[in-house]
Amino acid sequence: MVAALFFYLFSAIAVASAVMVISARNPVHSVLFLILCFFNAAGLFVLLGAEFLAMILVVVYVGAVAVLFLFVVMMLDVDFVELRQGMLNYLPIGGVIGLIVLVELALAVGGWVISPGSLKSRVAPLPEGVTNTEALGRVLYTDFLFYFQTAGLVLLVAMVGAIVLTLRHKQGVKRQNIAVQVARSPATAIEVVKVKPGQGI
Amino acid sequence: MEIGLSQYLTVAAIIFTVGIFGIFLNRKNVIVILMSVELILLSVNINLVAFSSFLGDLVGQVFALLVLTVAAGEAAIGLAILVTYFRNRGTIAVEDINLMKG
Repeated sequence: MVAALFFYLFSAIAVASAVMVISARNPVHSVLFLILCFFNAAGLFVLLGAEFLAMILVVVYVGAVAVLFLFVVMMLDVDFVELRQGMLNYLPIGGVIGLIVLVELALAVGGWVISPGSLKSRVAPLPEGVTNTEALGRVLYTDFLFYFQTAGLVLLVAMVGAIVLTLRHKQGVKRQNIAVQVARSPATAIEVVKVKPGQGI
Repeated sequence: MEIGLSQYLTVAAIIFTVGIFGIFLNRKNVIVILMSVELILLSVNINLVAFSSFLGDLVGQVFALLVLTVAAGEAAIGLAILVTYFRNRGTIAVEDINLMKG
């Protein structure tokens, strides 16, 4: 009963904040509603017994992705009012397509049943008496090692790509030139000056 | 009142639809489009975890983890492209993005 109550609470807030994400006037508010939506989705994951993914969702999405969005939204000096012009023109076509997608999904979900044979073909059945994190770790580092490594590679490529895209060498900024530093010798680095008393250089 | 698989699938379907709708509604604003894509990926994750939980198979959660990874990379790359584009053009209007045409 309590679980049902929390399910409806989390899902209602998640759907409402998702609507606010796409309709908020200020993109900063959109990002904040996106964070709220992620938190409630993490709550749904906890209800489903996927605690590890819930925590990862909070850490990765709220802690990294949403903050990245927030940084970019605040950093770019964009006239968002101008970008919102013509929004009402897109409302009908967007509504029609959204309705079509929703009806299709409802038909697919409504006419769907679990095949009795499918439970026998489970690849990694949930083990008994083991926490979710441990169970996930047991399959992730053994059966799905290749996928795990590939995910790491994807992250590496994304990191390198993001750095390459945004790195900019400004002119007129003093940079370290190691070759020049190593090539220095006492003859070029030091100048001995005889200063006569009372005269200065 | 038991919460079954279909309730979770319905929530995921609604969030997915909201994401699709957001892409159409904010056609000029790339930032909100990226956020809509994040919403879509989140709904896919909810689907995967719901199936994983109700079928008792951990593979769904492993896949959800991979989707999460790809979503994080996609957001980082997308925002990096956005920042570079804004630096060059001074605007982020999607309609003007035809630099790579032909």
